[in-house]
Amino acid sequence: MKWKTLLLSISFGTLFILASCRDDPYKQGRILYQNFCASCHMDDGSGLAGNIPPLAGADYVAQHQEALACIIRYGMEGEVVVNGTTYNNPMEGIGALSDFEITNVINYINHSWGNDYGYMTYGEVKKALANCSED
Amino acid sequence: MRPFSKLGLALSLLLLFSTACQQQAELPILSPKDDRGSFLPVPDFSFVNQDSMPVSRATFAGKAYVADFFFTSCPTICPVMAQQMLRIQRHFSGDSRLLLLSHTIDPGRDTVPRLKTYAENLGAIPGKWHFVTGDKDSLYDMADDYYNLVVEDQNLPDGFDHSGRFTLVGPKGYIRSYCNGTSPEEVGQFIKDIETLLHEMEDATAQH
Repeated sequence: MKWKTLLLSISFGTLFILASCRDDPYKQGRILYQNFCASCHMDDGSGLAGNIPPLAGADYVAQHQEALACIIRYGMEGEVVVNGTTYNNPMEGIGALSDFEITNVINYINHSWGNDYGYMTYGEVKKALANCSED
Repeated sequence: MRPFSKLGLALSLLLLFSTACQQQAELPILSPKDDRGSFLPVPDFSFVNQDSMPVSRATFAGKAYVADFFFTSCPTICPVMAQQMLRIQRHFSGDSRLLLLSHTIDPGRDTVPRLKTYAENLGAIPGKWHFVTGDKDSLYDMADDYYNLVVEDQNLPDGFDHSGRFTLVGPKGYIRSYCNGTSPEEVGQFIKDIETLLHEMEDATAQH
């Protein structure tokens, strides 16, 4: 009889671990986002009215996946149109993040606040970063 | 049973009155005092707003206002503060007795046109939310008067150390409340304080 209890607890245990993993699949990305991005783009990705573009439900993010890594590392300047609104405030790059960390931040953004923009692999991000046009 | 229920009624009435009184409670005066123990109002100032109009204490005569310190290119706490100031503006959009006053601490870069663009993009209501610039020392001195900490520090990523505090000033120029402008919870309580102050102003006009 004892092995049944053991089996039961193991399967429940596994279920529990799986469930808790599913809870926070982008842990590093989330922490990095909160430390480096949230003060401007906000915890909920909503940005700041007219001055800082949103990342949540943002057409620009969905359509410029290959550009995100370079923007995060080197920042961006000039006008950018997001969801029909023109924004024109410079963003500073975050030089401190490694290629791997940038991948995690992108995947966190891609799957947060209702976003469903797919996955960027480490290889794709590395390649994108090697080809950033620094201007 | 009967005396018990009477007691219950009396107790609940008492409770009702005491909570009603609490909501009407006055805000304390937090301004510093002079040698004779009288409260000192916020000193006069002379700045220029996003529409190139002069802004001084006279602009806020008989009004309540929230003061804060920021700069447009600030990558740290200012966007969150601006979002919370927007929340306050939204909450009191229909009440002309409450105004907002945001001072730049970076007057070198934050010119009038730049403040104008920033304010318009935010959706600041003209005449309600003033974004002001002026003499740097005067701006920093005022920060002191509003119990705000502002220090230039080139070692920090944005070049400034500032506390992000919102300060509520009453119609007589006294400081009545303040909160951490980067904390939505504290700003929630702060909004209640503003409501209390506006009630108090109503009572004051009713008396005269």
